[in-house]
Amino acid sequence: MNREIEYTGLAAIRGPLVFVEGVRNVGFGELVEIRSSTGELRLGQVVEVDEDSAAVQVFEGTSGLSLEGIGTTFIGRPLEIPVSREMLGRVFDGLGRPADGAPQVTTDVMMDVNGLPINPYSREYPRDFIQTGISAIDGMNTLIRGQKLPIFSGSGMPHNRIAAQIARQARLLTSGEEFTVVFVAMGVKFDVARFFIDSFEKSGVLENTAVFLSLANSPSIERLITPRAALTLAEHLAFTEEMHVLVILTDMSNYCESLRELSSSRGEVPSRKGYPGYLYSDLSSIYERAGRIKGKNGSITQIPILTMPSDDISHPVPDLTGYITEGQIVLERELFNRSVYPPIAGLPSLSRLMKDGIGEGRTRKDHAGLAAQLFACYARVKRIRSLASIVGEEELTELDRTYLKFGEVFEHQYLSQGEFENRSIETTLDIGWRVLSVLPEKELYRISREDIQKYYIPSEEAQ
Amino acid sequence: MKETVRGVVTGVNGPIVRARGLQGIRMLDIAEVGPHRLIGEVIRLDAESAVIQVYEDDTGLKPGDEVSSSCRPLSVHLGPGLISNIYDGIQRPLVDIAALQGSHIRKGVKAPPLDMKRRWHFTPVAAAGDVLAPGAILGEVRESESVLHRILLPPGLSGKLERLAGEGDYTLEDDIFGLQGMPDFRGTLASFWPVRQQRPYAKKVSAGAPLITGQRIIDTFFPIARGGTAAIPGGFGTGKTMTQHALAKWCDADIIVYIGCGERGNEMTDVLNEFPRLTDPRSGRPLMERTVMIANTSNMPVPAREVSIYTGITIAEYYRDMGYGVAVMADSTSRWAEALRELSSRLGDMPAEEGFPPYLATRLAEFYERAGCVETLSCGEGSITTIGAVSPPGGDFSEPVTQHTTRFVRCFWALDKVLADARHYPSISWIDSYTEYIDEVRDWWNERDASWFDTRREAMHILLEDDRLQQIVKLVGPDSLPVQDQLTLFTAEMLKNGFLQQNSFDPKDMYCGTAKQIKILAIIVAFHNEARELLSRGVDLKAITSMQVVGEIIRLKSEVGDHEVQLIDEANQMMKSQFSALNAEAAPAGGGNREGAVAP
Ligand SMILES: Nc1ncnc2c1ncn2[C@@H]1O[C@H](COP(=O)(O)OP(=O)(O)O)[C@@H](O)[C@H]1O
Ligand SMILES: [Mg+2]
Repeated sequence: MNREIEYTGLAAIRGPLVFVEGVRNVGFGELVEIRSSTGELRLGQVVEVDEDSAAVQVFEGTSGLSLEGIGTTFIGRPLEIPVSREMLGRVFDGLGRPADGAPQVTTDVMMDVNGLPINPYSREYPRDFIQTGISAIDGMNTLIRGQKLPIFSGSGMPHNRIAAQIARQARLLTSGEEFTVVFVAMGVKFDVARFFIDSFEKSGVLENTAVFLSLANSPSIERLITPRAALTLAEHLAFTEEMHVLVILTDMSNYCESLRELSSSRGEVPSRKGYPGYLYSDLSSIYERAGRIKGKNGSITQIPILTMPSDDISHPVPDLTGYITEGQIVLERELFNRSVYPPIAGLPSLSRLMKDGIGEGRTRKDHAGLAAQLFACYARVKRIRSLASIVGEEELTELDRTYLKFGEVFEHQYLSQGEFENRSIETTLDIGWRVLSVLPEKELYRISREDIQKYYIPSEEAQ
Repeated sequence: MKETVRGVVTGVNGPIVRARGLQGIRMLDIAEVGPHRLIGEVIRLDAESAVIQVYEDDTGLKPGDEVSSSCRPLSVHLGPGLISNIYDGIQRPLVDIAALQGSHIRKGVKAPPLDMKRRWHFTPVAAAGDVLAPGAILGEVRESESVLHRILLPPGLSGKLERLAGEGDYTLEDDIFGLQGMPDFRGTLASFWPVRQQRPYAKKVSAGAPLITGQRIIDTFFPIARGGTAAIPGGFGTGKTMTQHALAKWCDADIIVYIGCGERGNEMTDVLNEFPRLTDPRSGRPLMERTVMIANTSNMPVPAREVSIYTGITIAEYYRDMGYGVAVMADSTSRWAEALRELSSRLGDMPAEEGFPPYLATRLAEFYERAGCVETLSCGEGSITTIGAVSPPGGDFSEPVTQHTTRFVRCFWALDKVLADARHYPSISWIDSYTEYIDEVRDWWNERDASWFDTRREAMHILLEDDRLQQIVKLVGPDSLPVQDQLTLFTAEMLKNGFLQQNSFDPKDMYCGTAKQIKILAIIVAFHNEARELLSRGVDLKAITSMQVVGEIIRLKSEVGDHEVQLIDEANQMMKSQFSALNAEAAPAGGGNREGAVAP
């Protein structure tokens, strides 16, 4: 194809966008190479095109570009990256190019970073229980292989430690297959990336990990590509190489800010807090790339991390994420301040895939009832605590005081655990029963009589 | 009509494409765009150019690419074979697409919505020579064990039936009937209908019966009439989808049209896995045999999400016109509204509230207006009950989609975050929800149990009292309330745990028949009245609340199946005797008692 015409000069630059005039034969969404007068090469994508002009979003940002002397070449296809198993153990930049000094991997397989939507009919419903060794997750907000389960955190809270603990401890009860990790850093500082890389190294999974870094000092627009490039590799590993891939994405809030920046420089009508109206669809195009496919052995499990501005869960980023992902692990400031690790909030956390991944033959028969009961009782603890803070503990009924005691025990024995403590699901469930047994038996109306008979510890023994 | 017009692309902005030269094309006509012949619809026209919204990913599309149109509006293909199928927003069959392309959907895929080769057994009802009005019955096809598919004369046609095929097996391509004066016309078992146009009926009629859903809080407290409209608003994770799934499984409609509009892929997979395995409690047949699914998930093209709602409701109207009760679930209408917003913003429209286009309310009204009970053209009564999930940003019901929706629905099942957090499901708030259908359904319930209305009112009264008392408790603690009020708190707790809360994963609890609903509600209300009586006679509240039967009552929902409701009468006997025992003990002592209450 004689498409490699270089156009010289730009008509305008606005934020991360450049406008090129007099273009011919340019397709929507195609890749663009922008060469500055010094020979520096940047990449971009066509975001709007008409008969003689094109708007191009420049991934590396436009700083330092001028109108004259810039050469733009339209490549005739969307941004593609090479994908191969050889990419494990390597570090890439935000656009999927090698960033560890080693050469580009050799492969013929090039894939469009935008991927393709999975046909809902071709999905396999994820059901395999992953034991993370963390009671608050395994017992109450179970992670399933192929799930997208984000961590909603706030500044200063230990989301990275929790994600690293999950990556370190995650395993299936039924098979010895290891997880392959794709780690994606967007707009975070180098020490965060360092922390993860060190943690992977210590647990010996680094050779089995691909790292994509678009750090805080990288151009913001590049971040719009980073998760897509990483997921493109993940898809290859999962659905061609049939591996089980765990994708950790941090921090999605930074990704969303980049999107907001792009949207505002395009002059689009903003929706809430300046984010574009299509933030939901855009996030879906990332999160929905998790899952399983019928007839394929591999899977993509996603753990996106995001920090909620002012711990506000109704902020558009956590809100729209929660609308797409299959639950959320919410970290709570109050528990964190009381030094509870992991400070996983008892109530707003949820795993939507838990229902089909637990129970007899998967974890244990009593699991669902036990979890539901713990949630219900802990909700009551929260209510009683706020009551007690007004009327005083003395005004509470005896039963309410027992509930408060349950709350304490629950937080200290069940929720709390060590960063390197890896609890089996049996242990988690047993602790659950020990904690519930603080309450009188008749309070356990969410659990079948049979399970109560079998697991409830009458009061003399409970202490 | 049939003539093809051609033009060229002049600009591309996401799914919005401008084209020039499409002489004679009309608004809402379909166009095929670019080398992949992507499907699009004309949504704006001026003298020089047409604006086309393209239903597929148009990456790579260039100015200069060809556009063609045969000047037909966007339509669905209606005929036998819809049932059990799953389609994308523009009625492309996902199963066939998977067979053609594998696990991922690529652009430009073409596959007919209905299997054109399959043979259906047709039995004529009309006869050649009959003079037929639009919508008249021509014959019947057994589409599934659960659905008898009536082949109707398409609404635009009428006249003298010149020929009609005899009983036999036919494909959708076969010539089935002809009308006098239309020599070129070949009537088949299937027909097309434009999705944005409501199908005609004789007249709207008022509903007489509730749509029974097997969900206690809905059927008993906030019932929806057949042909009614309801909204389920709620923040993420509050249970919109689970409620929609429960209704799709258990409601007593003849046909279900389930529209997954901009939501998760796995939720559709879940339905696809479950429905063939679950059986309809009434017919005993797999639920899939009465279900049509539309799946345009959040990662599929946004414009097709906008159409998915109309595709679904048009299919629903088609079955309504055969005289069926159809229920339409749309999850979520907010994603549909966002698709409207995204498209209108790309067109540069002036936005109204929160970036939504000013015509949002009109579009919502048009959608819900297509629900209702009607007298069909020839098949007696048919109905469409429409239930839309709403996903308000931040769970805040004051946002535009929720607010406009409340204007057009008559049933509002408000999901409550606090209940969901406590895993009280369904988390439908008994305080914020409402229904305007009580008068329509009252007679129906009265025929089953004359005391239904009063029991329901008493139970609701206890719940509302509880809500009021809770405000006081927050200030002074429960112990300072009079003992009768403490009892109200206790009974309300029983209602919440033993009646309102319903577990979709518990085999006995997931569906609750009306007889069981009536009996459980009655026993709790009877408990309350009896307990009040005893309290006034000085019996200790704690003695009442620690009665063994209390635990039994709370477990009735999950321990008593629908075919053994007499067990509830036994619990009732047990309750009576425990009350008499208490009464006997208390009678000699007498005097007031203010011991603390224990809630269950
Ligand atoms: N009726 C119910 N019974 C049991 N669990 C439920 C029920 N409704 C909701 N849930 C739980 O809540 C989760 C979220 O429900 P879902 O309907 O997906 O929420 P939404 O669509 O409002 O985001 C489910 O995955 C399930 O665990
Ligand atoms: Mg949902």
